[in-house]
Amino acid sequence: MRPSPLSLLLAGLLCVGTAHAGEAAHVHAVGAWIRVLPGALPAGGYVTLRNDGDQPAVLTGASSPAYGSVMLHQSSTETGMGRMRMVDRLEVPAHGQVALSPGGYHLMLMDAAGLVQPGQTVRVSLRFADGSTLATDFLAKPANAL
Amino acid sequence: MKPSRLARLLLLVVVLSLAACHREGALPWRLTNVSGHMPDLKFQLTDDAGKPVTGEDYRGKVVLLYFGYTHCPDVCPLTLAHLHAVLQRVGPSADGARILFVSVDPARDTPAIMHAYVNAFDKRAVGLTGTPHAIEALSKRYRSAFTREPDKGDGQYEVSHSSAIYLFDRQGRARLLATPATPQDDLVHDLYLLLKTGD
Repeated sequence: MRPSPLSLLLAGLLCVGTAHAGEAAHVHAVGAWIRVLPGALPAGGYVTLRNDGDQPAVLTGASSPAYGSVMLHQSSTETGMGRMRMVDRLEVPAHGQVALSPGGYHLMLMDAAGLVQPGQTVRVSLRFADGSTLATDFLAKPANAL
Repeated sequence: MKPSRLARLLLLVVVLSLAACHREGALPWRLTNVSGHMPDLKFQLTDDAGKPVTGEDYRGKVVLLYFGYTHCPDVCPLTLAHLHAVLQRVGPSADGARILFVSVDPARDTPAIMHAYVNAFDKRAVGLTGTPHAIEALSKRYRSAFTREPDKGDGQYEVSHSSAIYLFDRQGRARLLATPATPQDDLVHDLYLLLKTGD
């Protein structure tokens, strides 16, 4: 079977992506931390992402060897109702920054492989739209950290 | 003198001068005053030790009532962490207060899970759970609401819920309403007043 023009185009685009340093190379993660909750309860992960590149970087997901699943979420308390929604992509503007912080954008870390204790660091791989990744150490903090 | 001590001293002066006036209606609340507009604290639930409790069991304490669930990784812990900080700032008199964290997810929130959860925030927090009917009754009593969102396919689900914090005086009367966006200073101010006036 011959490859379709679309798949050739996608393959070409992927090559272009990997040929460059990648979005992750221009992003710096600052102040990364996780709020550790008791037992097997899901934890929130927070970090400020700074992009010193000329192009926007788009965060599309994350993973960690310490957790079975990591999702990008956004909380809101509009109209007095606390809600969460899944976020597919979060743009870090060129020469700008975006904060994942309590009450807003955050990572939801679920199914911990083992007990995570406050004071430990947890390696999380932040994934960008071009497939590039940024390995970031998140500091585990107690539940009532502010 | 540390700023927090100075703030406490100033509050004490305010409270004493107001007490001298004998006009509680004129207390300078910063939160939304709901006195007389919401019913007294009343419920039949199970505490995080597995013991059946009612609203009457918390008479004599100033109560901060908040609905949430333990699988909520962001807003619920943030709110409870804030309330812990508020109690710390109020000082020793905050031992006369209780945070009542009522689960809107009784299917997953057992007393044991609730116990570990609330104690990770503050020793003065109590986790309450119960039958869906009892929880709905309490929620409706305070015009609160919650909705279980659709399953994400792996048995996991979120629960959207009202994010208000209700403050009750030592007689169990609903007095004040706060939200997660309420400045911490305002909560410290009003909780301090509420603890002093209810003696």
